[in-house]
Amino acid sequence: MEKTVNQRAWLLVLPVFLLVAFSAVIPLMTVVNYSVQDTFGNNKFFWAGLEWFSELLHSERLWSAFGRQIAFSAIILALEVPLGVFVALNMPKKGIWASVCLVLMALPLLIPWNVVGTIWQIFSRVDIGLLGHTLAAMGIDYNYTRDPLAAWTTLVVMDVWHWTSLIALLSYAGLQSIPQAYYQAAKIDQASRLDVFRFIELPKMQGVLMIAILIRFMDSFMIYTEPFVITGGGPGNSTTFLSIDLVKMALGQFDLGPAAAFSLMYFLVVMLVSWVFYTVMTNMEKADTFHG
Amino acid sequence: MVDKLKSKNFNGRALVMIAYILFLLLPIYWLINMSLKQNSEIISVFSIWPKNLTFDNYRTILTDPSWYMGYINSMIYVVENVIISLIVALPAAYAFSRYRFLGDKHLFFWLLSNRMAPPAVFALPFFQLYSSIGLFDTHIAVALAHTLFNVPLAVWILEGFMRGVPKEIDETAYIDGYSFPRFFVRIFMPLIASGIGVTAFFCFMFSWVELLLSRTLTSIDAKPITAVMTRTVSAAGMDWGVLAAAGVLTIVPGALVIYFVRHYIAKGFALGRV
Repeated sequence: MEKTVNQRAWLLVLPVFLLVAFSAVIPLMTVVNYSVQDTFGNNKFFWAGLEWFSELLHSERLWSAFGRQIAFSAIILALEVPLGVFVALNMPKKGIWASVCLVLMALPLLIPWNVVGTIWQIFSRVDIGLLGHTLAAMGIDYNYTRDPLAAWTTLVVMDVWHWTSLIALLSYAGLQSIPQAYYQAAKIDQASRLDVFRFIELPKMQGVLMIAILIRFMDSFMIYTEPFVITGGGPGNSTTFLSIDLVKMALGQFDLGPAAAFSLMYFLVVMLVSWVFYTVMTNMEKADTFHG
Repeated sequence: MVDKLKSKNFNGRALVMIAYILFLLLPIYWLINMSLKQNSEIISVFSIWPKNLTFDNYRTILTDPSWYMGYINSMIYVVENVIISLIVALPAAYAFSRYRFLGDKHLFFWLLSNRMAPPAVFALPFFQLYSSIGLFDTHIAVALAHTLFNVPLAVWILEGFMRGVPKEIDETAYIDGYSFPRFFVRIFMPLIASGIGVTAFFCFMFSWVELLLSRTLTSIDAKPITAVMTRTVSAAGMDWGVLAAAGVLTIVPGALVIYFVRHYIAKGFALGRV
């Protein structure tokens, strides 16, 4: 749509601007403030410059948490995106079953995150859980409180359970927008199923799929509640992701300076990756309106 | 012929969907199963359905104020959050969808960047901010804190829906002598009613499921159900039955909300951009 230039539109944006400034900028300034100071208690602060930043950048703790975080986000994206698209392709297109599928699939998305943790805790414990008990009965040594691999598997499967539906629902929305005529044309051209997917369905899903990947990346990169409930970051530190480490540092040990410096770098990394996604996305939308 | 093709594919497709939905429902079934058992049975016998069906766990929750107030507190701040988010996001989304103005694109990304902010980063500053202005342990503090990620999302979704409304409608209304507020409430909002519904759904969802901020900002008076649950887990051993029942009860409001918006879900999840 052609937009007109109107500076008075700022008045309409003002409430959002003020609200978000209040709930984002003020706290963020506190963080910046802490990140460059040191304290010995009693609310006395000393200028510390970039000390915390350089200390953190050389700390083993941060880098290993960062590595685990990247690995986790990469694994769940690699599993959820193809699975979500696959499920979307197999969903009924209309009728009562489409509604049933939609409602059931959206269910995990509406469960509070700590309850998701509880569900999987109860489900996969060896003593009382269906999954843990079944695996143990099959002779597989599985105990997510002791074995890092089992802990990781549990968290990954849980995340796939929790969020694949989001990707499926987004892709489904993209598929729904394809006119039936496209499929008929493909049939006249005797296109194979793979070609239909490659040249008709995938391009139509591209936009929403980017949104899905963006949202999933952001949220998986900030994951806190579910691992906190299930593993508490353990066994050892094997599932201590960035947010868990940060909360330990800020609210557990009250190390304000390092925690603040940590926060800023964390935020910057998320912003940077998201900005790349966002730019690619808006450029695609633009290209879409030109050609389509 | 199309029908024939469909019926040939039907079995494979149905099989995939059944397998996927079973995968989704199995852990939830297990939670419900646990909630209907006594603790002694949970620990001693492994059974895939309750041998001695009991509703005691639910009775415990629904008669104990420290439990059921958690649900009421959560509901209060979620509703407050949805209302605040919608009121500020509606005009802003209209501005973004209709006009170009100084810094609009930067402002839009800056808003979105708050959706990307890890709540863990904001937990401590929020605690200090709301303590210093005397709002700690109130519902409105949690509602305001949740606007951090809900307002940007609301603007994003609403903008997508508003873009689909032709501009001629605005112009015609102004020619007919409508003032902006009257046009917006009487004509424009009914046109994007489904978008508003979907936005409310998303705000509800992200406020309802959040734990870290709501736990950090409350202690007694406004303690949400999610925090009540985590604290009960660590105290007095593991009361698995009650914990499971509390979990089941947190799923109910979400399920009801999904049922009401089921027709708009697909479009809504695409944030109005299809």
